[in-house]
Amino acid sequence: MLQRCGACGTFCYPARDACPACLSSDLAFADAPRRGTLLSETTLHVPADVHFRERAPWRIGLVAMDCGPRLVTHLHADCEEGQPVVMSFQLDKSGQAVAFAHPERETPNMTDDRQWREMTADPKFRRVLVTNGRSVVGQEVVTALKAAGASIVFVGVAEPWKPFRGEEALRALEGVEIVPLDIGDEKSVADLAADIGGKVDILVNTTEHVRAGGLLGRQGTSVVRDEIDQTYLGFVHLAQAFGPAMRMRGSDGVNSAAAWVNILSVYALANWPVFGAYSASQAAALSLSHCLRAELRPGGVKVVNVFTGPLDIEWFQTVPPPKVAPRAVAGAIVSALKRGLEDVFVGDVAEEFRQRLAANPKAVERELGT
Amino acid sequence: MQSSIRTPYDRVVMAVPVTIPYVRYSIESAQWWIGRALKSLVDGAGITPRDVDGFCISSFTGGLDSGIGLTQHFGLCVRWIDTIPLGGASAIAALRRAARAVQAGDARIVACVAGDTNHVDSFRYTLENFSRFNQDAVYPYGAGGANASFALIARNYMRTFGARREDFGKIAVAQRTNALRNPNALMKAPLTIEQYMSARPIADPIHLFDCVMPCAGAEAFLVMGEDDAASLKLPAVKILATIERHNAFGDDPVQVRGGWAMDADELYAMAGVKSDDLDFVETYDDYPVISMMQFEDLGFCRKGEGPDFVRQHDLTIDGSFPHNTSGGQLSVGQAGAGGAYLGVVEAMRQVLHLAGPTQVKDARIGLASGFGMINYDRGLASGAAILAGPGS
Repeated sequence: MLQRCGACGTFCYPARDACPACLSSDLAFADAPRRGTLLSETTLHVPADVHFRERAPWRIGLVAMDCGPRLVTHLHADCEEGQPVVMSFQLDKSGQAVAFAHPERETPNMTDDRQWREMTADPKFRRVLVTNGRSVVGQEVVTALKAAGASIVFVGVAEPWKPFRGEEALRALEGVEIVPLDIGDEKSVADLAADIGGKVDILVNTTEHVRAGGLLGRQGTSVVRDEIDQTYLGFVHLAQAFGPAMRMRGSDGVNSAAAWVNILSVYALANWPVFGAYSASQAAALSLSHCLRAELRPGGVKVVNVFTGPLDIEWFQTVPPPKVAPRAVAGAIVSALKRGLEDVFVGDVAEEFRQRLAANPKAVERELGT
Repeated sequence: MQSSIRTPYDRVVMAVPVTIPYVRYSIESAQWWIGRALKSLVDGAGITPRDVDGFCISSFTGGLDSGIGLTQHFGLCVRWIDTIPLGGASAIAALRRAARAVQAGDARIVACVAGDTNHVDSFRYTLENFSRFNQDAVYPYGAGGANASFALIARNYMRTFGARREDFGKIAVAQRTNALRNPNALMKAPLTIEQYMSARPIADPIHLFDCVMPCAGAEAFLVMGEDDAASLKLPAVKILATIERHNAFGDDPVQVRGGWAMDADELYAMAGVKSDDLDFVETYDDYPVISMMQFEDLGFCRKGEGPDFVRQHDLTIDGSFPHNTSGGQLSVGQAGAGGAYLGVVEAMRQVLHLAGPTQVKDARIGLASGFGMINYDRGLASGAAILAGPGS
């Protein structure tokens, strides 16, 4: 994405308030061709800023984009002067969007690049906690993380003495450790954090508490209270127990604490009355995630929100397709971590929801309610 | 030689070159340094602050004070004022503006001053807050500051024109040789080419001795009518020609030339001299590569011949091409915006034969240049002046 002049078509960078070719102020961000050429590079040995001083030597370059602008950019180690590169904007540890140049052609172990890993939260070599191993989504996430090269995956299971479907397959995976975790129980969460809190580089909150119903069809507050306990307070327990250590470990070497992942319903963004109280609990979790994101940012730890439509799981049995396969959610989580993204939408329902919400939020609210 | 249609700087002169000796770090404010410079100007001219009716100031570290605030601070009552935020091009711009103001009668005696302090963290602060483009699109990339930007320029220049580190080293070593004769230079130890080559890398290909040392200090001069200078019995410097240019060659993918290349012919035409006629040259030397670029852009050789030009000349005070005779910013220090004035003030001393130990024998005409403002990926501002002594 670069600014593009609506009047003359010129692409601009750095961000401007008037087009340098024609002075028009019509400068919307638009998808830009990503190819460019690395003109010159340098390796910084003595950066002025403590963050980079710790990471020196650090390699940057100047890229001329085929579409016009020149970008000062972070470099993948395999970029060579005079050669074509492919550009993207990535969120750095401070959450700022920065330019990053990759070589045009795939090179061996490309994603292991030291500077690239600073921009991402790649699960490879990292230790992950998946908070709910009883759910299908949780189990798919564990499998996907192992396939992506996570060194250890801790899997939280409430009341582990109680058997569950998929348990055998989970236990058979190498580098998977089942740990007792009931996120609705503050003490259970604190106990686990005391045990493994310093070893969690990525936390994937796979809490799943879905109940149908809104306000008027329910009697009393016990179901709502459960939803709040599991989704909202469970999040609070996890954040308070694991967040501080993760924030402190954001620069802890190559395998530093890197990300916190939430799986959220798109109905966090606009209430679906059929699952009205559930939508509200998701909205509360979404709001908390923004707070957590701001609080983890000083440590360079990302908060990734993965938004989904109804999942293809038992609790959404009554909802007609299309529904999102748990495996697709797991794949989206790994992909977001590898690419260093903050917000992703999985599946057609979620993607369409995102677009409609951007176009007319009031219409979305109205349509969900009819 | 082309002819110039510009109005000559007739009957306007520069006088009283002032340098407030630099220190590496200062607990004083920029205002303190500027105040010392003003005091030296009035003392040197034998006038009082009331006689100064024009004031031109450049400073990075003056905080919230612009020129107008400083008039009250220093008790100046002026009828012409300018604040010039052009970094390394500030002195040339100040000279140009002040000379025209005096020529037009808008002011009679203009004090042109640049001064900056250097607290322990003020350099990094300046880096981080230099410009919007810099903040958005340069600082987050490793916070290498000007070193990083010039490294990209230097590396491209080396590859394109075959310059070697040794060539840049020759410039730096010659300037250190000159600086050893300047008691005000912060660098007091000799520098050999071996030391230059083995210095620690800062941002390849920039190594330690390619970089200026940020420091505190101030530089200043007066601009006034020729008759006023005569009645004050002040040795006067003639302004033969000046040029100034901003954001030149914006389409060059990487900077290989500055605005001088656009205006050098005009500079010599207005002065009525050729580049060969100059007795010395004071280039703006934030990095040796920029000085080399100026040898080309100011017409001492053609584009791409800078490395050969350096190889063929002795750049010391007594050499075949006396260059940055004070030692330049590389060896004297870079006192913020004062760095822009360093070469201009030294050029004044040279043509007035007041340079003492760094004096070029029989210097009559010289050139001083300015370069500044790495807003994003290149220096945007450039300027130059040809100055002459009273006898020429």
